[in-house]
Amino acid sequence: MATGQYVPHAPGYVDSPGEKIVTSRFVYDDSYTLERYEATGGYEGFKAALQKAPDDVHSITRDATLLGRGGAGFPAGIKWGFCPDDVWPRYLVVNGDESEPGTYKDRLLMELDPHQLIEGCLIACYAIGLTQCFLYVRGEMAVAQQRIADALNEAYAKGYIGQNVLGTDFSVDIVLHWGAGAYIVGEETALIESLEGNRGMPRLKPPFFPAAVGLYGQPTIVNNVETLSNLPWLMNNGADKYKEFGSETSPGTRMFAVSGQVKRPGVYEVEQGVTTYEDLIYGNDYCQGMLDGRELKMFVPGGGSAPWLFPEHVKLPLEARPVGAAGTMLGSGAIVIMDDTTDAVKACLRIVRFFARESCGKCAPCREGTSWEEKILQRILDGHGRPGDLDLLLDIGDNISPGPYPVAGFEAEGLEPVPFPPRQTTICPLGPSSVAPITSALRRFRHEFEAKIAAANETSVEVIA
Amino acid sequence: MSRLSDANVALAKDIIRRYPRPKSALIPLLHLAQEQEGWVSDEAMAHLGELVGVTAAEVRGTCTFYEMFKLHPVGKYMVNICTNIACQLLGGEELLHHAEQTLGIRAGGTTNDGLFTIEDVECIAACTEAPCIQVNYRFGLRLTHDDFDDIIAALRAGNTPEKLITANPGEVIPSHGTLGLSRQVMTEVQTTHIVAPEQVTEAPVWLATSSKDS
Repeated sequence: MATGQYVPHAPGYVDSPGEKIVTSRFVYDDSYTLERYEATGGYEGFKAALQKAPDDVHSITRDATLLGRGGAGFPAGIKWGFCPDDVWPRYLVVNGDESEPGTYKDRLLMELDPHQLIEGCLIACYAIGLTQCFLYVRGEMAVAQQRIADALNEAYAKGYIGQNVLGTDFSVDIVLHWGAGAYIVGEETALIESLEGNRGMPRLKPPFFPAAVGLYGQPTIVNNVETLSNLPWLMNNGADKYKEFGSETSPGTRMFAVSGQVKRPGVYEVEQGVTTYEDLIYGNDYCQGMLDGRELKMFVPGGGSAPWLFPEHVKLPLEARPVGAAGTMLGSGAIVIMDDTTDAVKACLRIVRFFARESCGKCAPCREGTSWEEKILQRILDGHGRPGDLDLLLDIGDNISPGPYPVAGFEAEGLEPVPFPPRQTTICPLGPSSVAPITSALRRFRHEFEAKIAAANETSVEVIA
Repeated sequence: MSRLSDANVALAKDIIRRYPRPKSALIPLLHLAQEQEGWVSDEAMAHLGELVGVTAAEVRGTCTFYEMFKLHPVGKYMVNICTNIACQLLGGEELLHHAEQTLGIRAGGTTNDGLFTIEDVECIAACTEAPCIQVNYRFGLRLTHDDFDDIIAALRAGNTPEKLITANPGEVIPSHGTLGLSRQVMTEVQTTHIVAPEQVTEAPVWLATSSKDS
């Protein structure tokens, strides 16, 4: 098996040294077929799980501290335990609605190893008594939908899914469901609304989290594609072996998509907490440094919602806690590298525009605020900025996310960092996410904004009355 | 323009049976309507309402939330060009500008021959392969302006462009509205035990037996 190589049949994935828990089959050009899957240990983890009591399978997941890979990083085993004891039926909803800017790992897992995901679903359903699973795939991912449809048909035909699976008393149905283009549906309560056939607007929580009151008001576990894809390996190898990889608080590996101005952008599976941003950006096994020998200016450390990090932060390990303490988040594992030719105002505007477009419109601070932010940034970039615009931007941000906003870089100014997550006046974190690029860019590159506003006001034509 | 065909009504009923409540099938059914016509008409929405037992207004309410559903005819090929941050850094906006120049339309517009609609879209999850596009939701990665022209020329000639990635090599690029080329198949027997949640009151049998054992 070659390492450090671009894998031509899996565009975007780059093989690298180290244990591969979820991407081990990506090096095969027929990775998505049942034949390859079974020849490489496929469905063995599920069979091993069936030999155990459901509670034991749950315990292994809890003991392994398998953290959710969708963004929030909540331990899956604990989440599973939140289902009330005596309310039936319970459902599993797989969150494959990946659309955070910079993020793509779930798409590769769905396109290149759909059986691994299906096996993960089966293990979760067996462990906590879920009788039906909905695999919600992002609408735009036609190839993933096709591969999953084929894989489900094969798995049903082989008796891995259905009634009395493999001669046991375990029965489950897995249904492929697909969306139609809405970022907010990646939020778990919006995902449930969408799956009920409604507009994908988030529900207010607390008090009711989906594990207690979810799909059709029933207990519902919503898990990310990558989280579930870890389960077959975990069942085959056990929690102790799993914890040999990664750090104590973030065991195992994670997939990171490193994009932007680096020599070899790609999706890499690396150990959490051991590898640093510096390793990924400059390491020979990874991105091999900045494009055209330019300098790093800033980077998005965990998806468009994450406050930016700067060159002095590259030694941070890829682990939720230290990155969170620095004032940002590991989020969805999306790292976007920007070099010194990048216009901070333009980059900031582009990310804010995303949130303005994707706001579902339910909460006023986000619905109104994100589009104001976009308009103000656009006029600054277009050379029509007004003197009070920067204060106005921060004021709108404060309306969506009151109080100090987490931004890395406070240390340099002798201030205490504000840990993630930010506060919010909205139901979900979409609105507050739009504030991240603004506060990040303004704290470090305020002079770029001011220069554009000053230039705009110098060249203004005097109006003759 | 029209209601679902008989074949699609049969397919729709198949899909509805997979869900504990019929309304859950609405988004897949809207895709089915769009697959038939290339867009979603008022008549189609009214028909879907009849099939899942909600009003036409409720169907419209759901439909208008989602960007992929088009409420008016669009080109045979929907060309989505990403300009979000990772693509912007590596020429996504320039590629969009080139596409607008080449096809003679602005983002959101359709060519006069009805072949191409272009859209300026948000992140489509191929960020390391910037700049990237989708044509009817099939990826084109790391595209130069010449690559883009080649894709358009191949589609005009009725060929599958080499630069577009399909689930199986050489597969056709279907007209706008069709997503994956295969569907999940569930027989009527397989779906008989999928029932409304209120019809289930007990723990599944494998959990019950295991707790008795322990």
